[in-house]
Amino acid sequence: MGQAATLSVHARSTFASGFVVAPDFDVHLESGSLLVLFGPSGAGKTTMLRQLAGLERPDAGRIGCNGAVWFDADRGTWVPPQQRRIGVVFQEATLFPHLSVAANIAYGVGNGGAASADTLRLLGIDHLSDRLPRTLSGGEAQRVALARALAPNPRLLLLDEPFASLDAPTRLRLRHDVRGLLTRTGTPAILVTHDRAETMAIGDRVAVVIDGRVRQLGPVTDVFSRPVDATVAAAVGVEAVLPARIAGSADGVLAVTVGETMIEVAEREPMAVGSDVFACIRAEDVTIETQRPAHASARNHLAARVVAITSEGPLERVSLDCGFPLDALITRQSRQALQLAAGSAVTAAIKAASVHLVARGW
Amino acid sequence: MWLSVRLATATTVVLLVIGIPIAYWIVFSPRRWKFLVEAIVALPLVLPPTVLGFYVLIAIGPLSPIGRLYARIAGHGLPFTFQGLLIASVLYSLPFAVQPFSTEFASVDRRLLEASWTLGVSRADTFRRVVLPLSVRGLITGIVLSFAHTLGEFGVVLMVGGNLPGTTRTVSISIYDAVQSLDYRSASRTSLLLLIVSFVILTSTYALQRSAWVKPRH
Repeated sequence: MGQAATLSVHARSTFASGFVVAPDFDVHLESGSLLVLFGPSGAGKTTMLRQLAGLERPDAGRIGCNGAVWFDADRGTWVPPQQRRIGVVFQEATLFPHLSVAANIAYGVGNGGAASADTLRLLGIDHLSDRLPRTLSGGEAQRVALARALAPNPRLLLLDEPFASLDAPTRLRLRHDVRGLLTRTGTPAILVTHDRAETMAIGDRVAVVIDGRVRQLGPVTDVFSRPVDATVAAAVGVEAVLPARIAGSADGVLAVTVGETMIEVAEREPMAVGSDVFACIRAEDVTIETQRPAHASARNHLAARVVAITSEGPLERVSLDCGFPLDALITRQSRQALQLAAGSAVTAAIKAASVHLVARGW
Repeated sequence: MWLSVRLATATTVVLLVIGIPIAYWIVFSPRRWKFLVEAIVALPLVLPPTVLGFYVLIAIGPLSPIGRLYARIAGHGLPFTFQGLLIASVLYSLPFAVQPFSTEFASVDRRLLEASWTLGVSRADTFRRVVLPLSVRGLITGIVLSFAHTLGEFGVVLMVGGNLPGTTRTVSISIYDAVQSLDYRSASRTSLLLLIVSFVILTSTYALQRSAWVKPRH
């Protein structure tokens, strides 16, 4: 079984182009949990992963794992990838073309464990043992690469956009299986992606990487709902991301529970009743009423209390508590007309069509 | 003819043993000045065989430390012996082994090496388990070219080996001898033999490379 991993990453790589990748964070990864390095293409996510893997030697700083020093520029310490006990899955399945699937999976297994039959079954590749890599589909190859990376029982799994080159249905299935595998083996993992939905679907925590730096690190809901600054907000998109569950479905409308509160959401794609989702709501789509209107197009009217009001240029951001935290953006005029202040009791209205749901990967 | 085959075989074996590490170093070393080594390895391609032979003769002769050391150990000098000829042949055919080797090593996808390292396998074992098996084509090419090239060498042999029957008189030397003594029949017989042997070796190699082992790349 995999153990929790504590990483301390304070390193700096400067490239000939002048681009600097300087991760600067400490993180404790629980057994089986997944940290996503999320950010736009070219932000330096892959370089950070390579620094962790020992494939990229930084120019300065320090990298440690569970108290062991992997890299220390000042003391000249450098632990090569062979001795870090990490598993890596690359964007393209880098299977050894001259070895069978079974030989690929057994490649890194010394005297330590082997890929359990359990792992192979969970990945659905137990029937492929004798095949050569060139006869595999992209999804199969990536599954074999995963099994190979996990076979030596690594203390940390690094995934560099492993789903990016797959078609959508294959990607969704594999994403789901990866999540299950991490939970099963207890291996903590770090995943690089620029895909927002993917981040929400399988991440426990997310580190937003912009321009070679980690700008914000925290639980997915926190980071996506409350970006620390405008740059992070632009990268993650501005909306509240709320953990929710599908409670029922009727006539194209889903009943979704957010905390203790029930909201109605237009059903855009089929969602199984009982499944966990994220409900995403943009602040622009939340309107505030001081009394309940007689006729309204918005389906959801939630009793709320104003927590705080902050000015954002011509708009005011009203932070509400309606059983869960929610922001509304309104004009200064309407704020004055509504006579809003911290503590005011109001009704928050949200159209069923302006809530969008993201399925969780497990 | 037998002597030529023996020399070519011995040269090829030595080149396989020293050519692989040299090619490995050229491809994987981070050193900036490795172009210098590449240039030295390639020198025999452009240098007249007589020049190479001359320097080898000097280097292994009784006036050089190497030649004296060898003479002290073996009891006789290197020039005009099979061993001396072997040293010269190895140097002369070095680029014909090292270049195909290094070209093939360099064409192995670097990500495969990284994958191997992250799986806990050392650089040396990665070379043995991944790079070598994927470089079979280049290894065969290098071996065949070295063999064929040594079989047909002339200038270096003449300079270093002289023309001692049974010891240093190779096929190409015997052809030269025959022509000098106006024995055209013997010369044409031997020439034809060498032509056929070389042609068969090269055709079978190229044919083999076409059909077998098309290296998968993604």
